[in-house]
Amino acid sequence: MTLTTALATPSSTRAHFGLLLFTLALILAPWVVGHAGGNTWVRTLDFALLYIMLALGLNIVVGYAGLLDMGFIAFYAVGAYLAALLSSPHLLAQFPALAAALPEGLHTSIWLILPLAALLAAGCGLVLGAPTLRLRGDYLAIVTLGFGEIIRILLRNLDRPVNLTNGPKGIAQVDPVHLLGINLGRSQELFGLRLPSVYLYYYLFAALVLLILFACIRLQRSRIGRAWMAIREDEDAAQAMGLDTRRLKLLAFAIGAAFGGVSGALFASFQGFVSPESFTLNESIAVLAMVVLGGMGHIPGVILGCVLLAALPEALRASMGPLQQALFGQVLLDPEIIRQLFYGLALILAMLYRPAGLWPAPAGGAR
Amino acid sequence: MGLMVFMDAFIQQLLNGLMSGSLYALVALGYTMVYGILRIINFAHGDVLMIGALIGLSVIRLLQAAWPELPAVLVLLLATLIAMACCALLAVLIERVAYRRLRHAPRLAPLISGIGVSLLLQTAAMLVWTRNPQMFPQLLPLEPIEVLTGASGHGAVTNATALTTIGIALAVMLALLVLVERSRFGRAMRAVAENPQVASLMGINPNRIIVLTFAIGGALAALAGIMMASNYGSAHFYMGFLPGIKAFTAAVLGGIGNLKGAMLGGLLLGLIEALGTGYLGTATGGVFGSNYQDVFAFIVLIAVLVFRPSGILGERLASRA
Repeated sequence: MTLTTALATPSSTRAHFGLLLFTLALILAPWVVGHAGGNTWVRTLDFALLYIMLALGLNIVVGYAGLLDMGFIAFYAVGAYLAALLSSPHLLAQFPALAAALPEGLHTSIWLILPLAALLAAGCGLVLGAPTLRLRGDYLAIVTLGFGEIIRILLRNLDRPVNLTNGPKGIAQVDPVHLLGINLGRSQELFGLRLPSVYLYYYLFAALVLLILFACIRLQRSRIGRAWMAIREDEDAAQAMGLDTRRLKLLAFAIGAAFGGVSGALFASFQGFVSPESFTLNESIAVLAMVVLGGMGHIPGVILGCVLLAALPEALRASMGPLQQALFGQVLLDPEIIRQLFYGLALILAMLYRPAGLWPAPAGGAR
Repeated sequence: MGLMVFMDAFIQQLLNGLMSGSLYALVALGYTMVYGILRIINFAHGDVLMIGALIGLSVIRLLQAAWPELPAVLVLLLATLIAMACCALLAVLIERVAYRRLRHAPRLAPLISGIGVSLLLQTAAMLVWTRNPQMFPQLLPLEPIEVLTGASGHGAVTNATALTTIGIALAVMLALLVLVERSRFGRAMRAVAENPQVASLMGINPNRIIVLTFAIGGALAALAGIMMASNYGSAHFYMGFLPGIKAFTAAVLGGIGNLKGAMLGGLLLGLIEALGTGYLGTATGGVFGSNYQDVFAFIVLIAVLVFRPSGILGERLASRA
């Protein structure tokens, strides 16, 4: 209980203490998990970190500004495809003139890809937000859903007339991340420790999660963050107080989208492959479920939601398969089905019984 | 000659558009009635359609296995009625579980729980009917019927399934219109949409009306689902998503909360989609073909919401049920 209050109280020293604890847990987690379950489990953690970045981005849009974005995964897709185009042989194969100019191939550094992904996704957020932000909440949700689907349909079909996205087949051979001359795609000896690739990526992702987390905390307490929450609570009143609600909402869209873009670029490099099927509506809903289950607008809650919904289905996948095999002699429940069951239940039960989430923001204080 | 070919394509696309449009209209009615009364988007409505089609499929299989000598039309009719009854119950159940407690919650709460229900229904369908598309038997005669074919051999081709679909959809919509505008129940429904408190003072039980509204919407969705599956020859757990979104688009296009608007919007969207896809393909030499069919619906949706959120027949949203 003391821990909970420590993390939830708005006082800044306590929040910093919470951040410190979280950092410590972040550093130790792969060793504990890796020791217990091996590298596949560390890989699951890597994906959980990507989801945390996404959910923190969506939390700015849904949690702070109160705008339900159901096409959030589109920004993840934009970041991922940007990274894939800039660090795979695909573009050069399509444009021989470019290939002649770059004899060593296109291997853009991650230092360039990440800011570009953030910028491009933020730009997409602005383009999407500008015409739609006048709409009421539930209409906005459906329109953003439409935008998300349009992006996916474009990714699927932009292999003609010019082959940009390679259609449903997707883009393969995306370079792994190279950081300070170290290739994160292979195991490395560091400080006398042998670190497999999933650990290296884990620490890169963890560093970025901390960066985004820090940005979120600062934003939340800034003038902008408080303005967002005023808009969420009562848009008319916020406007009457002199807030430029339109610009503030656009800003929320752009910043949330930028985090999504960064996460997507990392996903592409980590996976080495992108295809339109990674960016379906169900992924948007999954991220939304994490934010809603944990607690909209409350950072520790959002992280809890991600950990629960990213890790639990994996844990069930690992344990239920053999269990069913032993009990019934065959696997009756597809793990993918179990995952979807969880997300569906999380959304309904959260809305019915815990509308503020499992770990809600303390009432009255700055969330 | 070129004009004749152009006209042939036009008539063909018109028929296709009418067929899908009448289905969108049936589903759109469910969205619009619920929105009119509760002002919520029933996100799970498309999945009720999917469940309806799959239940219909199972009933057809059962009937054909038990009484092979039963005429095909009768099998289809029985399956449709049973599926409609089941989906009416399912829709009522959804209202009770996911929406009733949230009637006075913030606007986004019922939308989010509706998304959850949609996921659960898809999960249930995967469990019962597997993840693979199931063949849906074609029970109506498949011989091509030629429309407007003159001596020159031009014209368009359709079949009994498509024509029956258009006919039944239009008949059902007319019946619903009569029900809502003429009957006692219809008057009560409009009263609840206008103002639930005053309606209940007049001796109407709003909950009963809401339950009936969901039941009618569910039954119409099941009907649309079975007709859709019969036309495309297959049914699967994800078949409800796109028709659901498109039907919602149709409801918004016609003016949400307005029954005639939903019908008009559905037919219009079907035509826009069919003609747009057909001519876009011809105009670009096949580069932008039917792959982009679904984009049309989304663009129409976004355009309507941005430029005329009240739709074609809708009045100002705030005052309108």
